[in-house]
Amino acid sequence: MAKSETNTRLREGARGTKPSKAWSRRNIFIYGTLLVAAIYYLLPLYVMVVTSLKGMPEIRMGNVFGPPMEITFQPWVKAWSEACTGINCDGLSRGFWNSVQILIPSVTISIAVAAVNGYALANWRFKGAEVFFTILIIGAFIPYQIMIYPIVIILRELGLYGGLWGLVMVHTIFGMPILTLLFRNYFASIPEELFKAARVDGAGFWGIFFKIMLPMALPIIVVAIILQVTGIWNDFLFGVIYTKPDLYPMTVQLNNIVNSVQGVKEYNVNMAATLLTGLVPLVIYFFSGKLFVRGIAAGAVKG
Amino acid sequence: MQDNISISIRDLKLNFGSVEVLKQLNLDIGVGEFLVLLGSSGCGKSTLLNCIAGLLDITDGQIFINGNNVTWAEPSQRGIGMVFQSYALYPQMTVEGNLSFGLKNAGVPKKEIAERIARTAEILQIQPLLKRKPAALSGGQRQRVAIGRALVRDVDVFLFDEPLSNLDAKLRADLRVEIKRLHQRLKNTMIYVTHDQVEAMTLADRIAIMKGGLIMQLDSPSVIYNKPANKYVAGFIGSPAMNFFEGQLKVGADPQFSNSSMEFSVKGYQATEALQDQKVWFGIRPEHIQVNTPADACADACAVQLDVVVDLVEPMGSDTLVWANIQGQVLRFRMDGLADIKGGDRVRVGFDPVRASLFNQQSELRL
Ligand SMILES: Nc1ncnc2c1ncn2[C@@H]1O[C@H](COP(=O)(O)OP(=O)(O)OP(=O)(O)O)[C@@H](O)[C@H]1O
Ligand SMILES: [Mg+2]
Repeated sequence: MAKSETNTRLREGARGTKPSKAWSRRNIFIYGTLLVAAIYYLLPLYVMVVTSLKGMPEIRMGNVFGPPMEITFQPWVKAWSEACTGINCDGLSRGFWNSVQILIPSVTISIAVAAVNGYALANWRFKGAEVFFTILIIGAFIPYQIMIYPIVIILRELGLYGGLWGLVMVHTIFGMPILTLLFRNYFASIPEELFKAARVDGAGFWGIFFKIMLPMALPIIVVAIILQVTGIWNDFLFGVIYTKPDLYPMTVQLNNIVNSVQGVKEYNVNMAATLLTGLVPLVIYFFSGKLFVRGIAAGAVKG
Repeated sequence: MQDNISISIRDLKLNFGSVEVLKQLNLDIGVGEFLVLLGSSGCGKSTLLNCIAGLLDITDGQIFINGNNVTWAEPSQRGIGMVFQSYALYPQMTVEGNLSFGLKNAGVPKKEIAERIARTAEILQIQPLLKRKPAALSGGQRQRVAIGRALVRDVDVFLFDEPLSNLDAKLRADLRVEIKRLHQRLKNTMIYVTHDQVEAMTLADRIAIMKGGLIMQLDSPSVIYNKPANKYVAGFIGSPAMNFFEGQLKVGADPQFSNSSMEFSVKGYQATEALQDQKVWFGIRPEHIQVNTPADACADACAVQLDVVVDLVEPMGSDTLVWANIQGQVLRFRMDGLADIKGGDRVRVGFDPVRASLFNQQSELRL
């Protein structure tokens, strides 16, 4: 003790947490880059929001970045319930409900099937599992365009062409490879001994799936929901190809409103319509952001 | 088939693709016997256990449990309970849920489930934990619950796959005693896989030493330790490992072992077969070597005397492990923990050839 007290060399100098400089060159570079990237993405959104709240006269004045002098929600109302697409003049609301009717069964069915697929592939080494998995992976890399026409024929033969259920089927099929991969990798990361213990305990294929595996799969289910909801909600191509005008999803209707050539261009209505259409994925991201990150962190999207 | 055989394995073969993991394995385990499978990593212990449990489809052979051919039976129909190294508790269920899962699957009435859980919890002292999730348990508590999950199923055969190897040394020793007590109380047949020699020696009625998918020796701990059937078993069992000297055996009225640096009599060695002149391995355990005892003071216990030079000393508290050499050949032996010895010392050691082991150099089998 006495020795270390007299030896000043042991008492002076650095101690505790190392202080960090706020304005180091590294910090300036990192935060500067982040700031530029944030502005780059947020500026268009800002322009859309302000424009959708302006009246047409104000827009004609040409001050794109200025805040609205007089806030009006008329463009939002018009976009939702009055804007004309083709022969119908009931706004985006029709497309919205169509999209909801497509979205819910597509997301539910594709995730349910993919979860079972992934579980079977990861835990039950059945004959041909490798071949099946390889085919599925290849499926994930084939460009959609190649399959459009064959699927038209298949749907026609099944009598589903032009209806909502046909589109649901298409979304389910196209979501299958990536979702199965996601679930397979997730279930493969669950210790095998857990599965063995359940078998010794007499649980069968479905018993293990519903009682052991599914309750543990919540993070990956959330990831799958986010992927599917945004993917299917934002889909335009399949919607326009496989459904009729009455049943067009919201994105297709949005396009028809924004790109309509008759009359004056109502920028405020267009902006409001676009924001309305983007609202669903936005809300999903907003509420599940944390879970999404956790799901990825849990090794969900590796492989 | 005899009545007192609990598990019988006939010509068991298992391949993973083209890799032969188990080859022609035969094994009979008596009712109420505690069998320990011991072997180096990758020798197929877990694989054998999984085959018995029905968790792997075997390539060839038959498995009988309690006289029934269960070769094609589902794991749950074989009358076995299994405890895994990683506990494998269902994380989203409470302890009670974990214990009752198997019973519910088997359609056991609610009242009986409650009774059996109460009894199991009483045996394993886990009553206060029943409502908790596995994440809220310590390692030792988890392993107790895992054992409980096997116990509650009221089966005749327990399979343990390295159940204690994830626990710290102290807890391991505690649970080891508890498992022994459990076996004495329940008298089930138990097959227990481990890496730990102490576990094997203390728990087993019989030990099976495995290597490369074959059983090298199956016998009581005492026979395995004192009369190992071959050089692999001799070197595997015992820590520190047995000392081996390569040399020549000359038989006669006073059989002699000799090599370039030593020559001594092995009179009194109990050979299993008639001895002949041959090249041999001479093996003696470190704990059977006496140090600094004059020949006339110890009679048979140090009939053979050798002079050695100490290289290295490893004090372990209870005793001291000494690494010495006899003209270049390594000899390890144990001394008292308080022994005053250091590198460079010259000491005289002695041992009794009766306690030694001789192995043929080609076949490595015990003579
Ligand atoms: N699914 C598998 N596919 C291919 N080979 C395997 C598989 N499982 C195990 N093996 C191989 O079989 C051999 C025996 O494995 P096993 O798990 O039975 O060893 P072990 O004796 O239990 O080892 P440890 O003491 O490390 O647990 C090893 O060489 C291993 O590489
Ligand atoms: Mg193992």
